[in-house]
Amino acid sequence: MSFISLLWVLLLGSLLGLELIGKVPPTLHTPLMSGANAISGITMLAALTLIVKAEGNIPLLIIGSVSLGFALFNVVGGFFVTDRMLAMFSRKPSNKK
Amino acid sequence: MNLPVIIKFVIDLLAVLLLALGIKGLSKVKSARDANRLAAFAMSLSVVGLLSYYLGTSGIAIQSWIWIIIGSIIGSLFGAILAKKVPMTSMPETVALFNGCGGMSSLLVALGVAIFPISGGQENFDFFKSLINEVSISVSIFVGAITFTGSIVAMAKLQGWLSTPGWTQSKVRHFVNIVFAVASLIAFFDLINGNTSSIWLLVIVSSLLGIGVTLPIGGADMPVVISLLNSYSGIAAAAAGFVVDSQLLIVAGAMVGAAGLILTQVMCKGMNRSLVSVLFGGSLSAQSTASSGTGEYTNITSCSVEECALTLEAANKVIIVPGYGLAVAQAQHTLREVTKKLEQNGIEVVYAIHPVAGRMPGHMNVLLAEADVPYEQLKEMDVVNPDFPATDVVLVLGANDVVNPQAKNDSSSPLYGMPVLDVQEARTVFVIKRGMSAGYSGIKNDLFDLPNTSMVFGDAKKVLNDLIGELKDLGVGEK
Repeated sequence: MSFISLLWVLLLGSLLGLELIGKVPPTLHTPLMSGANAISGITMLAALTLIVKAEGNIPLLIIGSVSLGFALFNVVGGFFVTDRMLAMFSRKPSNKK
Repeated sequence: MNLPVIIKFVIDLLAVLLLALGIKGLSKVKSARDANRLAAFAMSLSVVGLLSYYLGTSGIAIQSWIWIIIGSIIGSLFGAILAKKVPMTSMPETVALFNGCGGMSSLLVALGVAIFPISGGQENFDFFKSLINEVSISVSIFVGAITFTGSIVAMAKLQGWLSTPGWTQSKVRHFVNIVFAVASLIAFFDLINGNTSSIWLLVIVSSLLGIGVTLPIGGADMPVVISLLNSYSGIAAAAAGFVVDSQLLIVAGAMVGAAGLILTQVMCKGMNRSLVSVLFGGSLSAQSTASSGTGEYTNITSCSVEECALTLEAANKVIIVPGYGLAVAQAQHTLREVTKKLEQNGIEVVYAIHPVAGRMPGHMNVLLAEADVPYEQLKEMDVVNPDFPATDVVLVLGANDVVNPQAKNDSSSPLYGMPVLDVQEARTVFVIKRGMSAGYSGIKNDLFDLPNTSMVFGDAKKVLNDLIGELKDLGVGEK
């Protein structure tokens, strides 16, 4: 993948992000922030790559593993806590206007 | 292209699509919960895609599997436990903590790649083949470190473990932060020039910069900072994507980074604050003592819980205005008991939710939902404002600036222009408050001086408990 095409990916990704949330009801600010935060833990893929490519280099394996741990803490915790918040809104979906 | 490459390509594409739909869905009440699960599914899909790609090409060594499993189990376990255990009132600091760890992860990846050779037995640092690599590693370390230390400071301040040191409110802090920023820049260029030892300097000064920037910011502005740091952690992830050459990481990181910026902007608007003044202005009370809005109260009426109960009993329509103080006192369940009694007596009760009520925007909705308040009783500001003139009693619980009429009437007030709840239009207003201290803006609240406002002094939880007792004595809500 050439650098230029990666830059295109960056640009288009940013534009997509800007467009995705136009109007958010204040109710959802906290869950949205928490959910987006969980997604930013996508850096776990970088940690995985590091571990796979470490080829027996123990310090690198450890750094990768710690990094993976931090990322998954972010991802798993983030999604669970967001779900917990959102579950409260949808507890009585039948009476919702 | 061989098969593993094609499969990974398709999976990555699908994952990006699902993540985008997830973020989109999270901004609507109806679809939010499913959207969150969709995003979680997309994330697991991306892991499957990556692992299957390596299995199909280079293979994954047993040793790598072991470290993958160790890291995943420990991280996921702690994350899941914390997410299940943490009380809803501590949500802001929890998000900050998660966010900091995401930044830490990007930082570690960049450090790992910088210090150790990747794929092949080259000498250390030989992989610094291109400028791009060096720049992306530096950016990843810089943003990752700021995200980490900034989030940890934000968490510590919200938890009350850390107060705002006095020097951070003076001009000194700008000087200190500029020094850190310049030092980061020097380390950054030094690193790109090939002086690899300056990587540690970069780690240290960008960590200090994260602390220095976050420390002066007041507690009520913290949600904005967390949202901004969340955006940073997306940028850090995108930078890490350049480091390990992953398009998926770049797209997802950029998406979160950009969406986080928009969300930060939306939050600032709701609080009538500009991002610049949040970041560089210090805490608001420090500025406003010099400006208008200070002054003595002249016409305070205070009343007992008993009077409050009597008035409530005679009312037809009651609006509750919950605020930060209610969240801090954790009185949402007690409040729910009070309103249940009123409802049993045939009194109409609604909750007026200011966009920034609670400890972070939308937090109050979560807290009240947790206390079993029916969703349809929560009214947003624009919906509820026309109702105040037809309301008998308004109960203001731990809210202050969001009910200050100055924001509408006094163009010299720092609050002027902030959207507020027009509680003064109601026949009677009870403000339950610990004392006469100002809100977080440090500005006098004209509402308290109005003839139809009565103050009930005390801790929100205690007053509400007393109120339950008084209402019981009056026979309100007896079946």
